Amino acid sequence: MSTLAPTRRPAHQIRLSRRIASVSGWTLTGACLFALSALMVWILEVVFVRGVTALKLSVLTTVTQGTGGGLLNAIEGTLVLSAGALLLAVPFGVAAGIYTAEYRFTRWATTIRFLADVLVGVPSIVVGYFGYVGMVEWLGWSFSVAAGSIALAIISLPYICRTTELALRQVSNDLRDAAYSLGANDRRVILGVCLPAALPAVLTGVLLALAVSVGETAPLLYTAGWSNYLWDGHLTHSPIGYLTYAIWNFINEPFAAANALAYAAALLVTGFVLIINIAARLVLDRRARR
Amino acid sequence: MRAMKFRAWLALVAGILPATLAAIVLFLAFYSWPAMHFNGLGFVVRDTWNLGNLYADPIMRHGTQVQPGATYGILFLIVGTLLSTLIALSIALPMGIGAAIFLAEAVPERLRLWISFFVELLMAIPSVVFGLWGYVVVIPFLGRHFYPLIAHSLGKVIPFFAEPTGSGYGLLTAGIVLSLMIVPIIAATLRDALVSQPASLREAALGLGATRFEALWKVMLPGTRKTLIGATFLALGRALGETMAVLMVSGNALNYLPHRIYDPVSTMAAFIVSQLDSALQDPTGLAVRSLAEIAFVLAIISIVVNALARLLLLVWNNSQRSVVI
Repeated sequence: MSTLAPTRRPAHQIRLSRRIASVSGWTLTGACLFALSALMVWILEVVFVRGVTALKLSVLTTVTQGTGGGLLNAIEGTLVLSAGALLLAVPFGVAAGIYTAEYRFTRWATTIRFLADVLVGVPSIVVGYFGYVGMVEWLGWSFSVAAGSIALAIISLPYICRTTELALRQVSNDLRDAAYSLGANDRRVILGVCLPAALPAVLTGVLLALAVSVGETAPLLYTAGWSNYLWDGHLTHSPIGYLTYAIWNFINEPFAAANALAYAAALLVTGFVLIINIAARLVLDRRARR
Repeated sequence: MRAMKFRAWLALVAGILPATLAAIVLFLAFYSWPAMHFNGLGFVVRDTWNLGNLYADPIMRHGTQVQPGATYGILFLIVGTLLSTLIALSIALPMGIGAAIFLAEAVPERLRLWISFFVELLMAIPSVVFGLWGYVVVIPFLGRHFYPLIAHSLGKVIPFFAEPTGSGYGLLTAGIVLSLMIVPIIAATLRDALVSQPASLREAALGLGATRFEALWKVMLPGTRKTLIGATFLALGRALGETMAVLMVSGNALNYLPHRIYDPVSTMAAFIVSQLDSALQDPTGLAVRSLAEIAFVLAIISIVVNALARLLLLVWNNSQRSVVI
């Protein structure tokens, strides 16, 4: 019984300073997450509360008049520009994505993947100014659907490429092996087997790219211009309105009617972007779980 | 034979990506060449952007037609860009790291997916909506309540934070709004890295008697250092090129270097938008070409920063994220 008493504390006792460090660590990190969520809620609250108040049926059915009226021209313009961008970017983006996924170990695929990531990081105003000096000035298209759509297509191209690649990578190699063993060539395997299997995820990526282009402003300011009227169907020499411009421009006006248009536009854009993102998340989650 | 043709065809179409990037850089360089020639290297160290006397006849200087008195320098833009980015990063880094830690380690797995998704939705919010939010509610809030508070406490010690606090437009506001836009990049990337750390690391640390927080802070977190550096570069690239939100809250200063953290500033990206209309008044076209030079400089900077970020994430980590940021 006369053994030396252990100088160590029992295992369940931790020195106070370590316990304080631990508790304050969790508190601080928790506070960071809480603050971030609270700020997100704040943004959504501002957009949705003010947006719902401002959104009337007339906003959706009439065109802009000066600093009042509706947003029909902007809604139409956003749809036209985004559809044009997708039309241009999807074939190229999906093809590039297929190449980087199916021939992923080639040097060219590595290069494309890397440059797609770099292109995502090029500021949208740089693309916009490139569109201005290149298409509006140099090619002489002036503010137009063509210039705006091409600028948006440049923005969405790398997104579509990368999401297509990720979608194809999810396709099991067993499927490829089975198709090859039946004697199919690359083209049949990729277009007939892999792409259909990955199609929901590829389409989700396209939708996400659509959300990005609907929310963009800077690439359009000096390529699409702005118009109070509905689109006249010309691809060049005819400016077109879009929702994000309405947000930026009408919130700076000193008139309540103009501000209301800005809030309504913000609600439409944010709502659209959020719905696409939530839907995409649900689709991708369901696929991942299978 | 046909298989080869299919593959070659795909490779060719995929070439549109490098071609686009090259077209942007080369065309901006080509278009701004007269401006580069006229401005010289002084472009980045002069702090005066002056279109000159627009009502006078153009004169010849250094073999270029210019308006008399025209000088183009963007030092104030470089300072504004760097300072606002620095402020944004110094807020976003601790906040992003904290949020990522709590998400990865303290939130139950079922809940984690949804809370992460909610917080990362910040990335999907358009820049102009951040600008709207900043313009409508953040500026009045900060200008009236928060900035006087800083000026009366921190401002007593450091002159950079002293009064006058201004109207709420300015450097600090731009930095704060920017920080919120880049924080999800850091949080999402780091959370992914923390979750994918081997569980045995934590178990070993806990087995040695570390608390859960010590295991995280001293063992798990150092393992993600390289990912964190890569994500920081990504966030840096995003903050440098952010346009609309900064345009709406920064106060768009011209030819002015900030003396206080509340002073109005402008960034290279925002300046291109705010100045094109007046640049078009220059009959020689040199102002528009000088704006193209800013776009070119911005393109080069962001390409370098992003390439560096991707290389860091790729080489060190070999990580393949499931989300495109």
